[in-house]
Amino acid sequence: MTSLVFLLVYVVLVAAAAYIVGAIRRMMTPTADFTSLKTVTFGDEAAVRPDRAASVISVLVIFLIWGAFTGSKWVPIHVPGPFMGETAFSYVAQSPSGETAEGRVTVLVTEAGAEAEPPEVAPTSGFVQNDSAVTAAWRSVLISAQRNDGEDARIISVEGRPIQPGETVSVPDGTVTMTNRGSLNFQPGKGLQMEPIWMPPPEAVVTRFVDIAQNGFQNTPLWSHLGWSIWRVFAGFLLGSLVGIPLGYAMGLSGWVRGWFDPIVEFMRPVPPLALIPLVIIWFGIWETGKIVLLFLAALWVMTIAARAGVSGVNLAKVHAAYSLGANKRQILRHVILPNSLPEVFTGARVAMGVCWGTVVAAELVAAQKGAGMMIIAASKFQQTDIVLMGIVLIGLIGFGIDILMRIAENILVPWKGRG
Amino acid sequence: MDGLQIDNISMRFDLPNGKHVQALENVSLSLEKGEILSVLGPSGCGKSTLLNILAGFLAQTSGQVLMNGKAISGPGPERGMVFQKGALFEWMNVRRNVDFGPRMKGMPEVERNTIVENLLDTVGLRDFKEKAVYELSGGMQQRVALARCLANDPDVILMDEPLGALDALTREKMQGLILKLWKETGKTVILITHSVEEALLLGERLLVMAPRPGRIHKEYRLPFAERAVGADLREVKKSPGFAETRDEILSMIWEMEEEIMGGAEA
Repeated sequence: MTSLVFLLVYVVLVAAAAYIVGAIRRMMTPTADFTSLKTVTFGDEAAVRPDRAASVISVLVIFLIWGAFTGSKWVPIHVPGPFMGETAFSYVAQSPSGETAEGRVTVLVTEAGAEAEPPEVAPTSGFVQNDSAVTAAWRSVLISAQRNDGEDARIISVEGRPIQPGETVSVPDGTVTMTNRGSLNFQPGKGLQMEPIWMPPPEAVVTRFVDIAQNGFQNTPLWSHLGWSIWRVFAGFLLGSLVGIPLGYAMGLSGWVRGWFDPIVEFMRPVPPLALIPLVIIWFGIWETGKIVLLFLAALWVMTIAARAGVSGVNLAKVHAAYSLGANKRQILRHVILPNSLPEVFTGARVAMGVCWGTVVAAELVAAQKGAGMMIIAASKFQQTDIVLMGIVLIGLIGFGIDILMRIAENILVPWKGRG
Repeated sequence: MDGLQIDNISMRFDLPNGKHVQALENVSLSLEKGEILSVLGPSGCGKSTLLNILAGFLAQTSGQVLMNGKAISGPGPERGMVFQKGALFEWMNVRRNVDFGPRMKGMPEVERNTIVENLLDTVGLRDFKEKAVYELSGGMQQRVALARCLANDPDVILMDEPLGALDALTREKMQGLILKLWKETGKTVILITHSVEEALLLGERLLVMAPRPGRIHKEYRLPFAERAVGADLREVKKSPGFAETRDEILSMIWEMEEEIMGGAEA
């Protein structure tokens, strides 16, 4: 139910931002480019261009939500946090003789990790003694309230509501559950914010990033971890391309080679590289050779299929034209088939890079001494969620950066893509 | 002997279902150097098959084709080809497209540049030498294709509906250009087209082909191409005999089409 409400709030945020940005734009001078003069835009795919203002606001909203749910100091608004401070609830105990009396339990809820003494409590007149306890936010505390209330005293109600073992009663700033042995367990209100060990606030991740960038992680600099991952990807990708591209060309140019390798390629292509990890470990061990072989296999089939498609995609009229102009087979391969296949090869390279980057992180999760994947799996074993988050963000940024570099290279090297 | 000698060629290929297609049957034709021939016919009459055999992309099942007295057995630089859609190499600029043939032969760059300059002047693309071909309009791309073909100095130019994808105005300009190039270079030209008017204007000789099996139905010798060189094409179309011949050929093709369609409807 709560999550539905938050989904709704998110949708409202998206719509409200659109409305506000739209209103601001209407106040400014209107542009009169071709698209803005179109009257039919709904259903016209060409008129739908990503609104960069929406992208910026979207990223800001992610940080806003992240901060709001983690109590970040960077964000002005927060969802209700866990209860902290002193609170109390009353209970009624019954002695074996049928006598009843009321006592109070005072609980001090501290910030996570802080140490504190239980608060002092005033003595009472009846046989029931007041109690006190101390706990940290999000943690519950067991209060053996009846233990100092005389022989076999039994708690019968909390805050005026009857309670049985196993039952839970709401009290101010939390809930009280009776255990099977008749003790009380106080759980201070958790609010909607997340505990730092589940989801640290953004500033904790940034602080950790600065710390690890300066001091390294497990005696290895951060750049070395990332550098190893990137190096493995490039080595595997290069080897895969060196074998895959010629193989793809051979498959595109010879029926026999095509027939020979078709079953192998078509079988290996849908096998996820991650499924090969166990076999690769058995054959090549868990260190560098194994990882490079795995990435080689991840890139190989993608590049083979891309090169094959590039050759098959050549317009026959172009090959005919080249023959009619007197070119021989070698010249046709060099001047027609190769350049014609380059756009496809580049598309394949982008896919292969993405697959390799995903595979290297997964392979490092399994076993590695250095690497981005190793960093996050090692951190997760120590509940260092901030390092895990930092690692995920860095892995995402590097993957994104690789793709952007490939696109830039594509625009420079094959400007004729899609213009044949 | 100079020229192109087509000697009783047939083209028959088997289909997977055991039947066969007779794409060409006993086609004979002889073209002298410098003649321009246009070929018309309903779809399925084998005109593209004929052109592909002449270019050397297909091997006929019987008969032979002699080019300057030698039987052809594959594509060769003495038979240039212009395709419906340029078939330009979009990874090369205009200059590199035009000098492709000479470059493959290993001609030195200085000579190649002279050829390119001259040809681009002729086809009216002097200022587009370093442009990417995908930046050009369809008509300009066909001009590059013509220049690329001529740069290789072939004896015969085979054109497979070279103007089919162009708009009417560009088409008329290009018809004038083809006539001009034909007259200036003295090349033998074979042109396949779907437009009867184009065939009349651009054919000293005109071949009407019939389908099932593909064969020569009727041959004309026409005066219009000679008249049209450097002249106003619209005036030529008004000259005596043009309209009559056009109507005659049109009804001939209509009849063949009706036969095909009638067979399909029955």
